[in-house]
Amino acid sequence: MTATNLLEVTGLRVTLGAGTVLRGVDFAIRPGEALGLVGESGSGKSMTARAIGRILPRGAQADGIITFDGADIGKLDGKGLRRYRGQVAMIFQDPRAHINPVRRVGDFMTEALRTNEGVPKAEAYAQAADMLGQVGLESKNLDKYPHQLSGGMLQRVMIAAALLTRPRLLLADEPTTALDVTTQAEVMAILAELRSDFDLALLFITHDLELAAAVCDRTAVMYAGQVVEVRDSALLHTDPLHPYTSALAAARPDIGRAAARLRAIPGRPLSGFEAPPDACAFAARCAHAAAGCFETAPELTGLDGGMSRCRRAVELRGTLGVTADA
Amino acid sequence: MSRLVFANRKTRGDLSVARGGLGVASGKRRFAGGKLGVAGTICAVVVGLAVLAAVAGPFIAPYSPTLPNLQLAWVGPVSGHLLGFDFEGRDVLSRLLAGAQTAMLGPLVVVVLAMAGGALFAVVAAWRRGATDAVISSGMDVLFAFPGILLAVLATTVFGAGLTAAAVALAIAYLPYVARVLRSGALKERNQTYVQALEVQGVSVPRICFGHILPNMSGIIVAQATVLFGYAMVDLAAISFLGLGVQPPAANWGVMISENEPGILQGYPLPALAAGLCVVAVVIAVNVLGERLLEREGQR
Amino acid sequence: MLIGSLLVASFVIFGALYLAPGSVLATLSGGRALPAASVAVLNQRYHLNAPFFAQYWYWLDNAVHGDLGISITLRENVSTLIGNRIWTTAGLVLYASLIIFVLGIGLGVLAGLRPGKLDTSALVTTAVTAAVPAFVAAIVLLLVFSVKLGWFPALATGTSGASFLTEVKDFTLPAVALALSSLAIVARVTRAAIREEADREHVQTAVSRGIPHRQVIQRHTLRNAAIPITTVFAITVASLIAVSAVVETAFSLNGVGAYLVQAAQSKDIAVVQGISLVLVTAFVVVNLLADLMYAVLDPRVKLGAKAS
Repeated sequence: MTATNLLEVTGLRVTLGAGTVLRGVDFAIRPGEALGLVGESGSGKSMTARAIGRILPRGAQADGIITFDGADIGKLDGKGLRRYRGQVAMIFQDPRAHINPVRRVGDFMTEALRTNEGVPKAEAYAQAADMLGQVGLESKNLDKYPHQLSGGMLQRVMIAAALLTRPRLLLADEPTTALDVTTQAEVMAILAELRSDFDLALLFITHDLELAAAVCDRTAVMYAGQVVEVRDSALLHTDPLHPYTSALAAARPDIGRAAARLRAIPGRPLSGFEAPPDACAFAARCAHAAAGCFETAPELTGLDGGMSRCRRAVELRGTLGVTADA
Repeated sequence: MSRLVFANRKTRGDLSVARGGLGVASGKRRFAGGKLGVAGTICAVVVGLAVLAAVAGPFIAPYSPTLPNLQLAWVGPVSGHLLGFDFEGRDVLSRLLAGAQTAMLGPLVVVVLAMAGGALFAVVAAWRRGATDAVISSGMDVLFAFPGILLAVLATTVFGAGLTAAAVALAIAYLPYVARVLRSGALKERNQTYVQALEVQGVSVPRICFGHILPNMSGIIVAQATVLFGYAMVDLAAISFLGLGVQPPAANWGVMISENEPGILQGYPLPALAAGLCVVAVVIAVNVLGERLLEREGQR
Repeated sequence: MLIGSLLVASFVIFGALYLAPGSVLATLSGGRALPAASVAVLNQRYHLNAPFFAQYWYWLDNAVHGDLGISITLRENVSTLIGNRIWTTAGLVLYASLIIFVLGIGLGVLAGLRPGKLDTSALVTTAVTAAVPAFVAAIVLLLVFSVKLGWFPALATGTSGASFLTEVKDFTLPAVALALSSLAIVARVTRAAIREEADREHVQTAVSRGIPHRQVIQRHTLRNAAIPITTVFAITVASLIAVSAVVETAFSLNGVGAYLVQAAQSKDIAVVQGISLVLVTAFVVVNLLADLMYAVLDPRVKLGAKAS
């Protein structure tokens, strides 16, 4: 982790009630970089985003350190916290649930500007209109209510609203999962364009490994509340460093071939609550598990520019790639 | 009998046919044995006592509940007369016991009529759907405009004061509310596959509705009836309090509150308070029971 | 839809005259013997020789124009008699509504925003008071606050023209008695609505953008919770209209409701019909206002949709 990192997450653990949701999350994002965070349900990816955005649910306990621009965000309060929130924006999966249905779109978009930055109403609305244009929507939508817009349009509104405070990092929690494929592509295109226009760093959370790899420079993979691999997206399919990643990639049906059955990973994904504390959480489903994998919990270690939480990572180098006949 | 109820429940989503059986009576028995908790048991006991008083009251009352004895008016509690005497010198405890009858019977009549009528409309609306449902639902909505007490006042003016007119009026006023609640339950049942199975087998429509759909709704019916009993009790006591229900010198808790009210101002609060307490106790008990039952229904 | 309710209700009120056993005249006179002249007057007034629906029409037409008939016992216009008493009832209902607003919604908001001891104790208290019918509450209040403590008068001391403060004192106990049983449901719905809104995702969005806590509560939680809260409040106020008769009787207040009861007791059907019509209209109007408020507060709803 170098000093030029915009965001650094180190040893993040989160407990909620009696169970542990996050058991060890480590990654870093450089300014302007896009990092994908991939995992199945229960892997803890949303909770990670919430920890970074400091909107953990009531009763959640967080340990570890998250720094933004070198400052520990856990120690931020009052004005400092508000400034942080302006710098780190979040967009969510279901835009209709995340936008207040009884207030107009313009009110939603400009609320943060007017409240936190004291921007006068007319100017805030002007900025909002401008941003709407950037995401491909007409400014007349400012007067509409959320229920008058489609899901795709609302997601674009949410993105535009997030960018109004000129953030440096965008946390996107499955922004396209609830949308149909065509709209998904449009929204992704908008995100890519805005990223380059505003030099925005992005944490892109999704369950879709291919999508993350296509959109992001690097990708982190989570399983059972832990980061198990961080890798350059280009190398993710050809040279992954963790059996889980390779199994995920292999499980995707290949559109070019006919196959007798779908390749699924045996068993079901574990959540942070259920993971054994002193063994590899994936060992029970892993095709490459050895005896030692069930006895000690593996650490996240660097390897060839990436990170892997597999005891056998070095031995398995080069064998985990997804080939045409795998 | 309870085995037949379970057979009824199994037919949901199951193509096997249930053997008829009326679920309501056994439905009640199932709930009586259920986990009511401490509060629930206390309430059940209170209600039980009230029912006992209603049934046996006039017989076990130690003194005459209606014969006046003005020399003893407003005398406080003495030995043998736990609660003292009312404004006409009658033993308060005896009058309370006797009054339980009308206080419990009236609401029961209201509940039976309202639930029967409401269930009928609900099932018909749910079964035929379409235009019939729309007409019935609009009809019910329209009836909502009549507050129960108002209709009861109107009825007693026209038909003469007394429990009958008031009870029937209240039942009519409650009907839309019951019909609305039961209609959604009936619609849910009607869409279950076992109903289609019964239809295919040629079981007659009335038999399906009353022999299967309604019994499978026994939970919500009982819960709703209990809650309704509480409302009816309050409304009927109010009508009697207003002098339009049970007529003095007949004993009734609402009447007792009204006729002994002057005692409050003159320093003899006990008779009126005692009657009030009876009403409140039973209403609380019934309400709590009803809410417990409703909660359990909501969890299904 | 609600206008339809009103029409049907008026029809029921009118039709009650015919449902009664005996002739219409007998019902109108309340069983009293009438001199021939009075019979002629009644015949003419009620168009008793005309077909049924025509009679209904005349009656309704008169009612809309303010003529509700004549009281058989007091020999005066029903409308005048109502007019004298309507402010008493209106004042009582308004006062009780105010209490429900401040205490019911107030407690509910506090309980919703700050879960804890206040929350559970408020719920328990209101659950107990909910079961106390207005007339029982009336006698208990009279006993404690009037007889024992002497804070409030037992019988209305002010006459028309009395000072506002006296009027308030006169009406406090009755208003409390009227409001008491409704406090629970209003408090409970308020609390539930606030809890539910506070957990919604759009509140999370606002928090994630750094909107100050107070503003999140005001602009999002409370604003959205206002929808169900207003609905339950309006329905509660509507229900007060009928129960006011009981409270007025218990406190010997000279309101429209008490008069309704007296008329019912003396079988003065014209008065009962007139007052019933007025009360049902008020009930429908309040419900209409509830629907309107709902449409105003929730832009997703078109005017005319049912609030309940």
